[in-house]
Amino acid sequence: MAVVLVPTALRALTGAERVTLAAPNVLGLLRALEARFPGFGETLGARFAVAIDGDIHGNADYEPLEDDSEVTFLPPIAGG
Amino acid sequence: MPSNGTNGPDHKYKWVGTRPIRHDGVDKVTGKANFGADLAFPDMLWGKILRSPHAHANIVRIDVSKALKIDGVKSIVTAKDLPDLASQEAAGGEGHGGDFRDLSLNCMARDKVLYHGHALAAVAATSQDIADLALAAIKVEYEVLKPVLSIEEALAPDAPILHAGLRTKGVKNSGPTNVASRVTFGKGDIAKGFAEAEFVVDRTYRTQTVHQGYIEPHAVVARTNPDGQSVVWCCTQGAFVVRSYCAAVLGLDLSKLKVIPSEIGGGFGGKTTVYTEPIAVLLSRKTGRPVKMVMSREDVFRATGPAGAAKVQVRLGAKRDGTIVAASSSLWFEAGGFPGSPVGAGAMTVFAAYDIPNSAIEGFDVVTTKPKTAAYRAPGAPQAAFAMEQALDELAAELRIDPIELRLKNAAKEGTLAPYGAKFNRVGFIETLEAAKKHPHYKAPLGKNQGRGVASGFWFNVGMQSSAEVHLAEDGSATVITGNPDIGGSRASMAICAAEELGIDVMKVRPVVGDTETAGYCDLTGGSRVTYATGMAVIEASRDVIRQLRQRAAKMWACDVAQVEFVDGRCLPVKGSGLDHAPVTVAELAKGMGRTGGPINASAQVNPPAAGPGFSTHLCDVEVDPETGRIDVIRYTAIQDAGRAVHPSYVEGQMQGGASQGIGWALHEEYVFDKHGVMENAGFLDYRMPVASDLPMIDTVVLEIANPLHPYGVRGVGETPIVAPLAAVANAVMNASGVRMTELPISPPRMLAALQARV
Repeated sequence: MAVVLVPTALRALTGAERVTLAAPNVLGLLRALEARFPGFGETLGARFAVAIDGDIHGNADYEPLEDDSEVTFLPPIAGG
Repeated sequence: MPSNGTNGPDHKYKWVGTRPIRHDGVDKVTGKANFGADLAFPDMLWGKILRSPHAHANIVRIDVSKALKIDGVKSIVTAKDLPDLASQEAAGGEGHGGDFRDLSLNCMARDKVLYHGHALAAVAATSQDIADLALAAIKVEYEVLKPVLSIEEALAPDAPILHAGLRTKGVKNSGPTNVASRVTFGKGDIAKGFAEAEFVVDRTYRTQTVHQGYIEPHAVVARTNPDGQSVVWCCTQGAFVVRSYCAAVLGLDLSKLKVIPSEIGGGFGGKTTVYTEPIAVLLSRKTGRPVKMVMSREDVFRATGPAGAAKVQVRLGAKRDGTIVAASSSLWFEAGGFPGSPVGAGAMTVFAAYDIPNSAIEGFDVVTTKPKTAAYRAPGAPQAAFAMEQALDELAAELRIDPIELRLKNAAKEGTLAPYGAKFNRVGFIETLEAAKKHPHYKAPLGKNQGRGVASGFWFNVGMQSSAEVHLAEDGSATVITGNPDIGGSRASMAICAAEELGIDVMKVRPVVGDTETAGYCDLTGGSRVTYATGMAVIEASRDVIRQLRQRAAKMWACDVAQVEFVDGRCLPVKGSGLDHAPVTVAELAKGMGRTGGPINASAQVNPPAAGPGFSTHLCDVEVDPETGRIDVIRYTAIQDAGRAVHPSYVEGQMQGGASQGIGWALHEEYVFDKHGVMENAGFLDYRMPVASDLPMIDTVVLEIANPLHPYGVRGVGETPIVAPLAAVANAVMNASGVRMTELPISPPRMLAALQARV
């Protein structure tokens, strides 16, 4: 089960700082989050990065998740 | 120093860590390199932009009829000649990307101008003088509106609203507003944390709008062929970004555009978007002739993207022993005329360097009638660190703890959960602090009116998408083709990566910056990502070449490829294979490649995660003249974890450049606006950037705490060095003068006023 460290803006929806869900990859995790917390995707928006076990990915839809993966969503970062 | 990159700690390097002369060096020092403005065609037209004389106005009418009648004027375009795009989010991070509609409206205003210098119309004419005459003949009727020139003015209850439809993203039912978004981060229980604190510091800090100050103004030539194919030559940090953005603004298929990047005279984030590029393409498509547009320095200041002004409040709560138990921050960043400041990154970085159990951060993206901001080296982080690193200094003084010891006590390390939710892997922050503490600079005596400041900096660094090709020539030399314009010596680092893998001399590698049709897709040169991500693609492509070389040797020796190994530029039989063949070099295999299967080429593409967080600690000594308020930086040391320095000279150069720009931001630089929103210092005589005579030698200490995500352990290095200097200077000024300067720049008048107020 992946552990989602819920961004502060979404904690009102989840009611918790951490949520545990089973998903094979990030896209599956997002679908599972939306199913459990309707409106999660809309609140998150279309542009975000994903940190999986500390590594920040710009495009992570199909990144596989391990049973104990820690996942969080954050604004996209590109730098200058 | 041992590496813990994926190559392992015992790997020995031949070229990585050496300092070969850059492959493009001779062309650049002899003036042969072609920059954006160097290209010309025989039948070329000159394009010029009509810019708004008002900071905020509705456009009632634009009449180009008189201008069109001028002999030599070939075309005039306005926003009506561009597709009226719907709002559509563009890929990209802070300071770029954003919304394609906003991007289009920034290139050419449609109904409203949102800053002084905002483009309204463009002319293509047979000479620059005729283009200027045409601009003067265009009649524009405005309904002038009140400008909005600060965060306070933008947030005032009666503030003029820049965008009628703007609502605060992240806030329900915000109503019309100048706040485009609110972001929040944090962890733990902030109220409980502050309740446990024995000391609290709370202060608000301000920074001003500053420009990247790249030497080369934006320049573009666009030519359209009769078949509708447009070719764009321009100075940019990303040819593929220019292609994508021009296609979006013009409503064209990507296949209709080819972008060829010129050499680039600095970018620092400011050349990650488009301004005149789509307009030049439009004019060339209208006229069928090449169109050249070159910004003046004044245009660059008034109409390209600076780093926005910011207000940052920081509150820290600590135990008597220096343990920080709570931290909160509110950040307001000016975005300029359209949403999209780097406040998200500022909010994520403000406490990222420290392991604080309870934190609460909120950030606001605020539109003002100033140029739309763009990325500038670690966008958002310098403004945030200016506040946090001064607050730490104040806390250290309150607690009578050495400022480095206070940072060490609270430093983020492997496993620390940052307030934005990600845990750090192996990082080198503590090592930078330890190195600073041991450095002779830290204990060196100071004179009268002199003070020393310490500050640290953090930046994420990014990965993103990159491609590379490696082509082997018949003499065993190699060509490396990537799609990243070389803004910081990346040709040399790409060549070093290929030479390291192939075991050939680095000067036998020819690194080439390709265009959008000769190179595979590469995200822009920025985010401190090229040596990391594009270098990774070069390494992978080189390893594919080695795989092919082993196959060729196996073919020659009539054996299985598993019986052939590649060591230091040679194929040789694996020990114990029973084969008895003399090793063959890359050159020998390349010479005979026609007989063993044909050309040897390889390509690779990567999309790796972020390029390993970067940390730095800077030491700064200043002397404050109590009579004039003048501040001289008299000694400066920058210490940074580079993961592994592929070419140490260019790592040091990045550190020195970042420190120099940060010192300028701290002491001199600011956009000065009059009450109408007109920038009054749009030139280098009045916009005071530091020059060599203003600065001491910037001493550098490069640490190598390997990034576990990269074969060699490389981390991004280009942005981290600009994060710490603003606060390092301010902390030094505090220790020299006894005055805490919370607003930048710490110019002589501001310093003198503060000194006099103290008395």
